[in-house]
Amino acid sequence: MMPFDLNTERPLLRVDGLARHYGDRIGCTDVSFDLWPGEVLGIVGESGSGKTTLLNTLSARLEPTAGRIEYRTRDGEVVDVYGLSEPRRRLLMRTEWGIVHQNPRDGLRMAVSAGANIGERLMAVGARHYGGIRAQAIDWMGRVEIKEERVDDLPRTFSGGMQQRLQIARNLVTGPRLVFMDEPTGGLDVSVQARLLDLLRTLVGQMGLSVVLVTHDLAVARLLAHRLMVMKDGRVVEQGLTDQVLDDPHHPYTQLLVSSVLQV
Amino acid sequence: MRPSDDTLAGYNFAYLDEQTKRMIRRAILKAVAIPGYQVPFAGREMPLPYGWGTGGIQVTAAVIGPDDTLKVIDQGADDTTNAVSIRRFFATVANVATTEKTTEATVIQTRHRIPEKPLTEDQILVYQVPIPEPLRWMEARETETRKMHALEDYGVMHVKLYEDIAHLGRIATSYDYPVKVNGRYVMAPSPIPKFDNPKMDRMPALQLFGAGREKRIYAVPPYTRVESLDFEDHPFEVQTWDHACALCGSTESYLDEVVMDDQGGRMFVCSDTDFCGERQAAQAREAAE
Repeated sequence: MMPFDLNTERPLLRVDGLARHYGDRIGCTDVSFDLWPGEVLGIVGESGSGKTTLLNTLSARLEPTAGRIEYRTRDGEVVDVYGLSEPRRRLLMRTEWGIVHQNPRDGLRMAVSAGANIGERLMAVGARHYGGIRAQAIDWMGRVEIKEERVDDLPRTFSGGMQQRLQIARNLVTGPRLVFMDEPTGGLDVSVQARLLDLLRTLVGQMGLSVVLVTHDLAVARLLAHRLMVMKDGRVVEQGLTDQVLDDPHHPYTQLLVSSVLQV
Repeated sequence: MRPSDDTLAGYNFAYLDEQTKRMIRRAILKAVAIPGYQVPFAGREMPLPYGWGTGGIQVTAAVIGPDDTLKVIDQGADDTTNAVSIRRFFATVANVATTEKTTEATVIQTRHRIPEKPLTEDQILVYQVPIPEPLRWMEARETETRKMHALEDYGVMHVKLYEDIAHLGRIATSYDYPVKVNGRYVMAPSPIPKFDNPKMDRMPALQLFGAGREKRIYAVPPYTRVESLDFEDHPFEVQTWDHACALCGSTESYLDEVVMDDQGGRMFVCSDTDFCGERQAAQAREAAE
């Protein structure tokens, strides 16, 4: 696993006392952590434990009820994500962040070609040279192992694994620094999953990406994440280095979770 | 062509009541102040169906005065059903003079064309608009498209053009070709052919757009920059023809292809009937001299 840069003094993302309530019910509450450049943070837990609520709140798509998220931009400026004006927040999401959805249909434009899907972010930040946009799209298709000849095909003609890879390419084309992933391997069969994980690991290493990864699959977490947060009923019950948490779980719930994994 | 001074009994001048006209004028003022921005207005039921120019007719009713001369064109022609009925409507309810000549008109209501003859500062061009939202085909949610306009988030417009080039080798959008107004708002120019887009740029006449069903008014003030969206390596281009107009011989106007018989016979003629007619008359005069 790629070691992340320990020499950088300040974290990329600093989350403090974050909570999101749905009326009286708790989506997630009292979440605090720092994410460092190049680090992959896994959030695990059973369904309904508040993982996705937390991810949406972190990725500026769901206003928190309480708490604060600070992000350090490329220029070194520390910004309060929900304190930013909407244009700045959108620009941030387009240029510095990426969001990979569990269902590729939520993250792709199904009615436009693969090339345009990858090119959209480039055009959104001002690229106006068709040949250049297309060349970059083709380059990225290669990097996520989709054949170049499919560049003009609609994503709906792609298999599930290809759609997921296309979604990843679409997010990474503008060179983001922080990517949020919600169950990126959900719904894929194991061999496709393995290749996708391989690819993700390579890209994360090459680009020095920071990733917040939500998954219920402990094997995925073990492969990708440097650090783990275990959630239950909207609260973080345990966090630590991935190997530590998985090999020596302390909280009873984590112990249950780890022991529930099917052994082949 | 001016019968008498009193309008049709029981109707206010130009059909709409004064309060409504004021409301529409306020929307127009706002639209002029923010070029290309779609201003919502309380569109009224008009005595013709949606899609036949209810938006354009309300804008015309709000700006026309007793001394104005009205011209109405439909796809460039003065003599088609839509044009004739709207012209007669205003002749009846507003008692205004009407004309088919572009130069004589002070208000021109149009469906899907801009006259070939350059317009002047003394004229107002009123467009009938079916779908005012240029982002509609890429983003179906109105709440989202309004945000995109507010934040100048226009990346998707180029996605559409990209798709055209990827599949067809060129930008195939030939009408309702999206434009950027005054460097800020992306605007639907109504379904005029892209041939007419360059005429909108820095036009001396005031351009008003009315969408009746969608209840939106927008405007391009005189001499405002209007750029058609494109790519650096695929610049905006207008249509060209291998033919000249079969009636007047013009090689500069927008041509319609007309099928003459069922043997495949066809001819190309100017879509702007006034422009074509005037050229023919001039040629006839020359021939007679």
